Amino acid sequence: MQSHPYNTAPMTASAPIIEVRNLVMRYPKVLAVDGVSLAIAHGECFGLLGPNGAGKTTTIEIMEGIQAPTSGDVLFRGRPLDRAFHAEAGIQFQSTALQDFLTVRETLELFRRLYDRLENLERVIEECALGDLLDRDTRKLSGGQRQRLLLAIALINEPTVLFLDEPTTGLDPQSRRNFWNLIDKIKKRNTTIILTTHYMEEAYVLCDRIAIMDHGKIIAAGAPDQLLKHHYDDVILQLPQADFPATLASLEHKMLPTQQLVEISTADVNATILKLTEHRVPLNHLRIRPRNLEDLFLELTGRELRP
Amino acid sequence: MIGRILAVLKARNIEFIRDRTSLTWAIVVPLVLVFGLAIVFSGSESDQFTVAVLDDATTVEAREHPFYATRFIEFVPITDTADAARKVGRHQFDLLFASAPTAQYWVNPESPSGYVVERLLLQTDPAAERQVVTGEAVRYVDWLVPGILGMNMMFGCLFGVGYVVVRYRKNGFLKRLRATPLSAFEFITAQALSRLLLILGVQIVVFTGVKLLLDISMTGTYLALFLVALLGSTALISLALVVAARIDSEELAGGALNLLTFPMMLLSGVFFSLEGSPSWLQSLAGVLPLTPMLTAARAVMIDGAGVMEILPQLTLLLGMTVLFLAVGSVLFRWRFV
Repeated sequence: MQSHPYNTAPMTASAPIIEVRNLVMRYPKVLAVDGVSLAIAHGECFGLLGPNGAGKTTTIEIMEGIQAPTSGDVLFRGRPLDRAFHAEAGIQFQSTALQDFLTVRETLELFRRLYDRLENLERVIEECALGDLLDRDTRKLSGGQRQRLLLAIALINEPTVLFLDEPTTGLDPQSRRNFWNLIDKIKKRNTTIILTTHYMEEAYVLCDRIAIMDHGKIIAAGAPDQLLKHHYDDVILQLPQADFPATLASLEHKMLPTQQLVEISTADVNATILKLTEHRVPLNHLRIRPRNLEDLFLELTGRELRP
Repeated sequence: MIGRILAVLKARNIEFIRDRTSLTWAIVVPLVLVFGLAIVFSGSESDQFTVAVLDDATTVEAREHPFYATRFIEFVPITDTADAARKVGRHQFDLLFASAPTAQYWVNPESPSGYVVERLLLQTDPAAERQVVTGEAVRYVDWLVPGILGMNMMFGCLFGVGYVVVRYRKNGFLKRLRATPLSAFEFITAQALSRLLLILGVQIVVFTGVKLLLDISMTGTYLALFLVALLGSTALISLALVVAARIDSEELAGGALNLLTFPMMLLSGVFFSLEGSPSWLQSLAGVLPLTPMLTAARAVMIDGAGVMEILPQLTLLLGMTVLFLAVGSVLFRWRFV
């Protein structure tokens, strides 16, 4: 792995819509956020990644104006967060409750009336595919339907900045992909999106830029492809363990016992394949994959289970 | 601002009305209590007689009067002769007695208990001077109904606001609202108004039912009674907001609310009067919002008091509201910190 001066500045030259300066959040026994600085450009989709307890949710909640930091500043259009920010921000929390006994329509109406600037309700309903659920009690929605409603609430004021805190956690693959399509549509409207997620694929697909947090600090930041290019110049060759001869033990490799696979990291695929054929390794089940964000994430944050 | 308050108010009202168990509980419980207690106490009057005693008669010399040796009579010291005489007229006291400087007593000739106590007194002191007062008897149920309605309002206000706000905070709904332009003031106002409307609505239904079925006493004006209910509810709701300002545990909120409701239930005169109890206990009861509310409600319903006569209680309730709202607003947090 190469050393990396991380870049938390926006990719565009325009003034950032949100700027975070040296944010610190200290709880009695934990330093949850330790000097985080970020700048996010208008229209950018920014992903905040990190293992459990890394400080993502605390950071995003301070950026949302929900929590006050111990020290540091969050600026929206160059000014401290105020009521005007809440009027322009849309927020989908990691977990939230809604008012009991209300239907989807009544819930949307409730939140719509809390804002002065209103999104076309019909468009939100259509985008979030809530048309058939309008008269349903919100307590009777499935996980995916509920996430769509929470996103609709976050969009109800046609936000300039949309915060999504692990929006697809617990959703099935279909619902997750549906959600990605929805976010993609919102991105095209030039809405700034700040997203936290545990799914590296999601971050890769949706985000223009990501930051990886651990122990309250940003340990890497940049565009996903740039980060991968910066950290890796190799690809991974995967072989069934049974096909990997002991005579090749000198080759840099890693066993994946649960998958019964061997992963060979190489910067020169041709040379490695040549070596495999020289050792009469069958290539029928050989797979080549590029490095991905999950590799980077695990490399930077470690493979051990977090308490 | 008004739009946001109305939006939250409407949503809370829908939640309450659709929550059938809460709604049924709010209406059925006071009706069951009133009817149950009315049946229990609808027979003969208590076998213990109650005699109001002027302060002068509590001196050592006065206590030597042989009437005080009579068994099964509760002697209640009082200071306001006119008020006690009125209560004798309403059969709330069986007799008013003063032994010094000369023995004299006030009795309502229409009161059966008054008749018996008078005979007992004259056996001990045939020279005691008789004063006659008149008035219609106040049934226990007439006295009880304001207490039960007040108690129901107390529970509805304290738990209906305090518990609900704590639940909202615990489950994250307050946090969700915090992410909108809704201010704490707007949220608190909406919750208070919603509860006020619902409580007053429910009480009007219960009061009408009780009035029609039990023909309870209502000698004052409905406007005065409405003012008492309005200010009493507002004071109790404001007190609930103080409790709910920061707590995020329903168990703790339940404990704190019970800590407030039990003393009020026992000391504010819901089921029985504190007349005759130690003065410190009466002073303690005076600082509980339910006490001035019930005192004023009974004054209106039983004694026909007008707004001016209950002005001290109304002022006290208003003062409590302002104080509790100020404290609640300062302490309020959207989420547990």
